[in-house]
Amino acid sequence: MNRFDFLRPTGLTEAIAEGGKPGSAYLAGGTNLVDLMKIGVSRPERLVDISRLPGLDRIDWLEDGSVRIGALVRNADLAYDIRFASAFPAVAEALLSGASAQLRNAATLGGNLMQRNRCAYFQDGASACNRRVPGSGCDALHGENRLHAVLGWSENCIATHPSDVCVPLVALDAVVEIEGPQGPREIALDALHRLPGDTPELENALLPGELIVGLRLPAEAKAFAAKARYLKLRERMSYAFAVVSAAAMLTVEDGRIREARLALGAVAAKPWRARAAEASLIGALPDTEAFAGAAALALAEAKPSGANEFKIELARRILVRALTLAMEGTPAVMPALPASPFSTHTGDRHVA
Amino acid sequence: MTLSISLTVNGQPRAIALDDPRVTLLDLLRERLHLSGTKKGCDRGQCGACTVLVDGRRINACLSLAATLDGASVTTIEGLAEGEALHPVQAAFIACDGFQCGYCTPGQIMSAVGLISEGHAGDDAERVRELMSGNLCRCGAYKGITEAVLQAQREMTAETGRDAA
Repeated sequence: MNRFDFLRPTGLTEAIAEGGKPGSAYLAGGTNLVDLMKIGVSRPERLVDISRLPGLDRIDWLEDGSVRIGALVRNADLAYDIRFASAFPAVAEALLSGASAQLRNAATLGGNLMQRNRCAYFQDGASACNRRVPGSGCDALHGENRLHAVLGWSENCIATHPSDVCVPLVALDAVVEIEGPQGPREIALDALHRLPGDTPELENALLPGELIVGLRLPAEAKAFAAKARYLKLRERMSYAFAVVSAAAMLTVEDGRIREARLALGAVAAKPWRARAAEASLIGALPDTEAFAGAAALALAEAKPSGANEFKIELARRILVRALTLAMEGTPAVMPALPASPFSTHTGDRHVA
Repeated sequence: MTLSISLTVNGQPRAIALDDPRVTLLDLLRERLHLSGTKKGCDRGQCGACTVLVDGRRINACLSLAATLDGASVTTIEGLAEGEALHPVQAAFIACDGFQCGYCTPGQIMSAVGLISEGHAGDDAERVRELMSGNLCRCGAYKGITEAVLQAQREMTAETGRDAA
């Protein structure tokens, strides 16, 4: 790990003044940044510890029916908040399907949004990576790439965004609240993460020194609470990043779909909202044919970036499964294995 | 640049001068406070061997910079037993044969203590396995570990019930 100056600002204004200086990085839970510093991928000269900043660890229910989650709310605290989890069950399920209990106790919501990709070539200093060293090339393109992107990738980068919770959040039109040297502003979560294009080193829409201070879910997002699921296929039962994942949320009126929200995870450099697929479901009967049609639309632009063509069909199937389970209804109790496609009912055992 | 932090470690207040902000809680415990019960496995948050409680919550000590923890209360495996009397989770790991080589055991036990106080597993072995998935055991003692967590939880719940009555 490189040497760095460690700063402990006591308030937001001071934190942003420090964070705006060259070579600075913000540190919250540290579960991603400290790891990347240990392997030399992140080398901040100045570390601005925001983990104790006052007022950013609250969940506030606002008068307009929206909810504001402070950027420092820990993943476990958000997932187990009874009011939040009952209003946004797919968000809670996604949170509980990510990482381990220890990491969820430390990791923050703001940090989850800002986490880096998990491409092995990004993490290996001896490999070429355009994100780590712009212009150096992409060793993933002709390397071990079976888990890489199938949507929105470019020849410059085929990494995926690893977040689980961002998938249902982007489907629910979450808004990111930002403070920075130029003052406060907000953007849609869908606009936070950038596709690689010709500038893969630009991972998000934040300007230098800007800090995510909170995230808001609009009042309308609560309408999906009764039919909402997040499903995540992993290469082991627990404590693994997604191969593909999907959030599916529905409202149904008179036997037909009134509104649908769909997003895919682990398929692109950002949580992938499937708007055309959502539109195709409006007014449709909630049956397998409609779900398969939506899944086909969601992956219509997909193409393999390597040995990962299987992910396209897998993503279609996880989306159909998520829609089918959402239509069955949000489970009354969080499943023992949150988001697992192998445990469709509470109490199912994966080992006899 | 020296950073001063105060920690309570296993109930003892400690004033610590950090000469280097890169020191993790894990290295602080092992190398500077000589509490080597907390183990370094992967040092990257993937194995759980370094699990300790910070302000009552289980975390990976390897990913936590000590400098961020001013004022925190830390409990390690050395802080569980009361004299010769083992903590119920320690006793249950022995009774249920919840280990083989023992290297992951301090982390397993601290994680189990955290799991029980979080209270989300009920008496469901599936939930215990899921909520212990951040602790790897390369000897494969998972069956005994799961039984130990459930047994300790039953005993601790019964104790709490007796105390309340």
